[in-house]
Amino acid sequence: MELNHEAILQHFPDIVWEEATKSLIVSPDQIVEVVTWLKEHKMFRLDYLSCVSGVDYMESELKTKARNAEGKMEVIITKIPDKMEVVYHFYSMEKKNGPLVIKQRVLTRENPVVTSLTPLYRGAELMEREVYDLYGIHFTGHPDLRRILMWDEFEHYPMRKDYVPPNDYDWEPTPHFDVIEKANERMTEKEGQPQS
Amino acid sequence: MNLTEPMPARGFNLSKDDLGSDILEIAMGPHHPSTHGVFRMDLKLDGETVVELKPIFGYLHRNHEKLAEDMTYPMSMPFTDRLDYLCGMTNNWAYALSCEQFLDIEVPERAEYIRVICAELTRLVNHCLLVGFFINDLGALGTPLLYALREREKILDLFENLSGARMMVNYMRFGGVRCDLPDGWLEECKRIVDIFPTFLDEYETLLVENEIVITRAQNVGVLTAEEATNFSITGPMLRASGVNYDIRKVDKYGIYDRFDFKVPIGAHGDCYDRFMVRMLEMRESIKILKQAIKDIPEGEIIAADAPNIYKPAIGETYGRIESPKGELGFYLVADGTTKPYRFKVRPPSFVNLTALRHMCIGHKVADAVIILGSIDIVLGEVDR
Repeated sequence: MELNHEAILQHFPDIVWEEATKSLIVSPDQIVEVVTWLKEHKMFRLDYLSCVSGVDYMESELKTKARNAEGKMEVIITKIPDKMEVVYHFYSMEKKNGPLVIKQRVLTRENPVVTSLTPLYRGAELMEREVYDLYGIHFTGHPDLRRILMWDEFEHYPMRKDYVPPNDYDWEPTPHFDVIEKANERMTEKEGQPQS
Repeated sequence: MNLTEPMPARGFNLSKDDLGSDILEIAMGPHHPSTHGVFRMDLKLDGETVVELKPIFGYLHRNHEKLAEDMTYPMSMPFTDRLDYLCGMTNNWAYALSCEQFLDIEVPERAEYIRVICAELTRLVNHCLLVGFFINDLGALGTPLLYALREREKILDLFENLSGARMMVNYMRFGGVRCDLPDGWLEECKRIVDIFPTFLDEYETLLVENEIVITRAQNVGVLTAEEATNFSITGPMLRASGVNYDIRKVDKYGIYDRFDFKVPIGAHGDCYDRFMVRMLEMRESIKILKQAIKDIPEGEIIAADAPNIYKPAIGETYGRIESPKGELGFYLVADGTTKPYRFKVRPPSFVNLTALRHMCIGHKVADAVIILGSIDIVLGEVDR
């Protein structure tokens, strides 16, 4: 059952409704206020936070075809800037309706910071840690923001679109001759001298 | 060491100060037998009481989501079997459901019935294993677990007959299922479903009113209804806390609105209720199975308009089903190509683990083991 988003937009004029993805774009400064209101308002009662996901959008070009003034088909290129999103799916267990999709959007990929919802919904704790671990999005107000799936010494954020996974041969050459050979080839390429 | 002097008397009249007792830190796991896989609990103990607990996992992490971004949509289907490797069928269904939402594919009647039958059989498999291991964690090593495994084996044989594999079934497709039921499969399924309640009767006689089970499991790891909702708990664990929320009833995905079944609700939210809710859910699954086997029609098993090349338009979707462990959801973002731009799994046991620390603090170490057992985690899904 779809929720009535018009009422939310009336109460909070700063929020943007994105029709393409059927979601509310809320700024990190405002999110706690908005979500608290939705949680307590008798029309919504969004007491259940189902899913927290991070999404990384690299700078891209969107090509659409449209007719120009002369009536010819023309390709229009729109540039979509860098952005990172944290997507929250809310449901109401009391009213048995939902979902309501709320997004926190950051228009930078360098050290993005959003507001944590863990103080309001304890269920977000591990899911937000996972987003931090895989995307490097920082959550202010999170009680225990550490890596969760990757090991602590890991330096990169593996789910980012520009992450380049290391070659298998960089890790540990096994005693198989073909593997050692390939590892040596790679080392030669990299540093100009073979591995011992 | 001077052997001529007698040893000082020890072991009686000692206060806590004499012992110089301190907080003990223990890393329980990753190879502890009761952690159901490679899962570690870093415990701080005061005597035998848990004062702090940190769940640590990721040992099985293979970044399933990143792998899926490099594959076309249908290629991810076999990988979903490996998420929760005990319930391949429901994982398949959740993924198929999310992808069908993109293109509004109508699933044929017969395929819907086959899906329901498979999903409910999976629920029996999962709950059999859970109650078996739960009793195993309580200290009844072996026997009750093997009773449960014996029943599970029959259903796995059915799956093998149907899809060629016992656990990694890879059975569902966008718009239907991969192959039709073999000859005689439904009769065999009916026979197994009909005799299944005798196992439940036997199990309930042995365990439900068993004094040891009651003493060990009641009032352990209590989670109230408000806490359970706030912790985003789903599935049998949520219903044991007294919240009536079953996605089969709420969303009515597939054809679940056609079946007559009840949703068992617990009252106390302790480990015993979680065990009992699962026992009762198995009886309800039997009810659904009996109705489905009776009503299943003849017809197509895959939608005629199911595309050969699956290429959804730019957009996003979130599809969820009630898997045996809770809400299993797939959040997919499409960028207009044949590969998903973002593929996110919402695993039920990963989110249910959030409450572990809250439930364990104040209980004994031995109780922490059964609390973990009552959450029902599978590490293939937690770590992904």
